[in-house]
Amino acid sequence: MAAPDIVMYEEEFNQIKQIISKLRVDANAKVVFLVDKNGQQIAAHGEIENLDTTSLASLTAGNVAATDGLARLIGEREFSILFHEGARDNIHISIVAQRVILVVIFDERSSLGLVRLRVKKASLELGETFGRIMAKVEKERAVAGTAFESPFAEITDEDIDSLFSE
Amino acid sequence: MTFINYASREINCKIVYYGPGLCGKTTNLQYIYDKTNPTAKGKLISLATETDRTLFFDFLPLELGTVRGFRTRFHLYTVPGQVFYDASRRLILKGVDGVIFVADSQVERMDANIESVENLVINLKSQGYDLMSIPYVLQLNKRDLPNVAPADEIRRLLARKNEPVFEAVAPKGIGVFETLKGVAKLVLSELTKTGSS
Repeated sequence: MAAPDIVMYEEEFNQIKQIISKLRVDANAKVVFLVDKNGQQIAAHGEIENLDTTSLASLTAGNVAATDGLARLIGEREFSILFHEGARDNIHISIVAQRVILVVIFDERSSLGLVRLRVKKASLELGETFGRIMAKVEKERAVAGTAFESPFAEITDEDIDSLFSE
Repeated sequence: MTFINYASREINCKIVYYGPGLCGKTTNLQYIYDKTNPTAKGKLISLATETDRTLFFDFLPLELGTVRGFRTRFHLYTVPGQVFYDASRRLILKGVDGVIFVADSQVERMDANIESVENLVINLKSQGYDLMSIPYVLQLNKRDLPNVAPADEIRRLLARKNEPVFEAVAPKGIGVFETLKGVAKLVLSELTKTGSS
């Protein structure tokens, strides 16, 4: 595979949830969420009851991927911040540690300046956490040798068939 | 790049439908969307032009239930098939776990099929993948049309390895779930082997 899989453990997951919930309060934002570059949602916090976060995650990743493509066309490595301004709500998108996407949705109760400032701080913390996650994954793999223990190691054809039974 | 979340016990896989323009990739997704239990699916997102040609991608999240205590989600994507959208196609292959190649069975589309498979190999390579080792199935779509090439001949032209081949008529749903199940099986059994990169 091209890139190592992200494996999320309880401890780091809780740290991430803490960081984004703090960011939401500090930035006075409606929603903060974290997506990986392939469009998988990692964590979300805030007013998400009426929000289709799965679609939001995939469209965000598509948006970032398209923008990355644009960046490379003009000789930039990436555009690390994207900002979309709406009549009511705005979306601030930034890349953390070159691999995850931090999305902040906010309205007139906050401002772009405040969001940018708080995102910067939270990004550093998130970057460290993801660094630890990757180190942990590498370590576990090294310990387990080639056979990194997968929860799916004993998956059977019946297990897979049962997913499609309806 | 499968995303395994031990904390919330979820596993997410990305499946991409690839193929030449108008081969029926979006139709596959539309059928799956129509026939899936509302609780198991999210919204079908289609970034298409006004004439219903896919512009960037279609996206359908599917929740299939639990395997070994993990909630299993598949994110289905299609690529835009038209030749000039190549840059977009490349982007969508990022982080892919399994590919379904949808071939148009009509004789006059054979060149387009071949060109598209070759394009798939190149674009996978640009994302660091090798078609020979990635979970991959071939769907021969539009089997109900009068001017189709024999399945064996298409297989001879398009098959790249020992990939499973499914015959389909996507608007009627024939072969649609079989194809998805085929690739899902390969993706999940890939996880049993590795969990490593």
